[in-house]
Amino acid sequence: METITGKSILKGIAIGRILFYQKGQQQVKRVKVEDTGREIGRYEMAKETAIRQLNELYQKAVKEVGEANAAVFEVHTMMIEDGDYVDAIVNIIESQQVNAEFAVATTGDNFSKMFAEMDDEYMQARAADVKDISERIVNILSGTESGGILGDEPVIVAADDLAPSETVQMDKEKLLAFVTRYGSANSHTAILARTMNIPALIDAPIQEEWDGKLAIVDGYSGTLYVDPEEGLLNQMKERQEEDRKAREMLHELKGKEDITLDGKKIRLYANIGGVKDVPGVLASDAAGIGLFRSEFLYLESEDYPSEESQFIAYKTVAANMAGRKVIVRTLDIGADKQVDYFKLAHEENPAMGYRAIRICLDRIDIFKTQLRALFRASAFGNISIMYPMIISVDEVRQIKKIVDLVKKELDVQGVPYKDVEQGIMIETPAAVMVSEELAKEVDFFSIGTNDLTQYTLAIDRQNSKLDNIYDSHHPAVLRMIQMTIENGHKHGCWVGICGELGADPALTKTFIEMGIDELSVSPTFVLPTRKNIREIRIEKEE
Amino acid sequence: MVSFTFTVKDEMGLHARPAGALVKEAVKCTSKVTIRKGDKKGDLKRIFNVMSLSVKGNEEVEIIVEGENEAEEVAALEKFVNENI
Repeated sequence: METITGKSILKGIAIGRILFYQKGQQQVKRVKVEDTGREIGRYEMAKETAIRQLNELYQKAVKEVGEANAAVFEVHTMMIEDGDYVDAIVNIIESQQVNAEFAVATTGDNFSKMFAEMDDEYMQARAADVKDISERIVNILSGTESGGILGDEPVIVAADDLAPSETVQMDKEKLLAFVTRYGSANSHTAILARTMNIPALIDAPIQEEWDGKLAIVDGYSGTLYVDPEEGLLNQMKERQEEDRKAREMLHELKGKEDITLDGKKIRLYANIGGVKDVPGVLASDAAGIGLFRSEFLYLESEDYPSEESQFIAYKTVAANMAGRKVIVRTLDIGADKQVDYFKLAHEENPAMGYRAIRICLDRIDIFKTQLRALFRASAFGNISIMYPMIISVDEVRQIKKIVDLVKKELDVQGVPYKDVEQGIMIETPAAVMVSEELAKEVDFFSIGTNDLTQYTLAIDRQNSKLDNIYDSHHPAVLRMIQMTIENGHKHGCWVGICGELGADPALTKTFIEMGIDELSVSPTFVLPTRKNIREIRIEKEE
Repeated sequence: MVSFTFTVKDEMGLHARPAGALVKEAVKCTSKVTIRKGDKKGDLKRIFNVMSLSVKGNEEVEIIVEGENEAEEVAALEKFVNENI
């Protein structure tokens, strides 16, 4: 047994095999199958589709570049139909009882190796052709039945670090825990772990050789045990069982009000990243969605998501929440959330760079597409819109002009929409300082404590070296929150918190005493926070 | 069994395109068609077999046809090779 320690993000125990995630390569996973006949059938269907695609490419190329240059596609077709290649794939599926994707990828590797080892440069280069045809088939296969980048067994994902674009591709059902070598307590991997309520260790010196080994993540002590001993394994299974029982106790709070002992009602909402998180919100019994991070629609897409696809996503969430509030935050990319097709330039200091509303007010077409989708969806539920990274009143006025434009277009087209509540994120010290003026312009404030802490304390939240001084409880941060609440209330704005701090049990009482109206937390923290709220008695007069 | 030999004129040898053309022609045959370079042999109906022989320009190869219609088929192949390869 080997043991290492890291910083723990969430208390909990996970037991399972380690999957070491390699960057840049979408590994094809080996999955055991019962019905090899079915896999061979899938392979044959994919093969036919590939041949059809290549024929189309060939016809197109003949017209565009002439028959001689188009011949490569004919050769690719022959390669796909080649008896040795086909036999090798079928043989792997049958003899190893594996999925078609794995058989094709393995055969592709073997054949391309054969070319790569030939003594002729031209032939060596043909290795790329073999890879190309194999990838084509694998893509068709995964398109028809996505295996994702995780296998069919839940795993502990280990990696150097994980970007949001990588974690979005992981099937959440198959994730037991994260263990990363780098990353910080406030990175998106950490936030994802909290959202999913799975243990995560960061800053843990993991080793690639542990790939495939059985391990235990102990989120209580921040320890990873590789190849654990029988005794420890049983002990940890008992701890897991205790955790499960504690969670069941919380379930008794379902259906209960979010109200303090002395009668102050709090709106307790949940944070989500997309449609797939809605069942979790409904299960958590949250009164609404306080933060729908719409950027995940962009992160999960290969190109700018269309108005229609966004409309469907917002509408689905709004309809499923059945009249409960759904606050959608408009596009918040840049900084640590990068999307390839936006082609954003590399920045030295992205947290203070071209991001969020700054992109939206510059690339108005993208912003308008999202706003149109949101207003159209507003007819199907109780949607509110929230704008991120605001620093000035002028920005809010610019937004309003664009919103008016969008509404006018919809009016002309006779498309129904509701007059939604519009609010802003308070996550920059600038916004806090002008919050009195901002409050006159909008319906609500939602405090993003992660960024507000980062900007107030001048601490990069991605820098793990600074985790020890990244203090969300710093009086400067708390005074910023207090000031925001007071200024908001002066002009009829309700004020909420949607950052990680909202779920901090040590601060629930403080926030309620400050006069907070709403707390939006990860779905898994809804019931624990409800428990806290219901045990509080306000001591200070408002 | 009948056969013929020929020298690859293309400087690049039997690269993907001519190999592909040859395979396409061989597939039409009902006979078993083999390509031999020195002591290495490959099935001419399978492109990976042909390419793995790594036939270069000015190298000599033999094409061997075995089957009921070998006479006509070898003639057709030889004609094709002379005209195209």
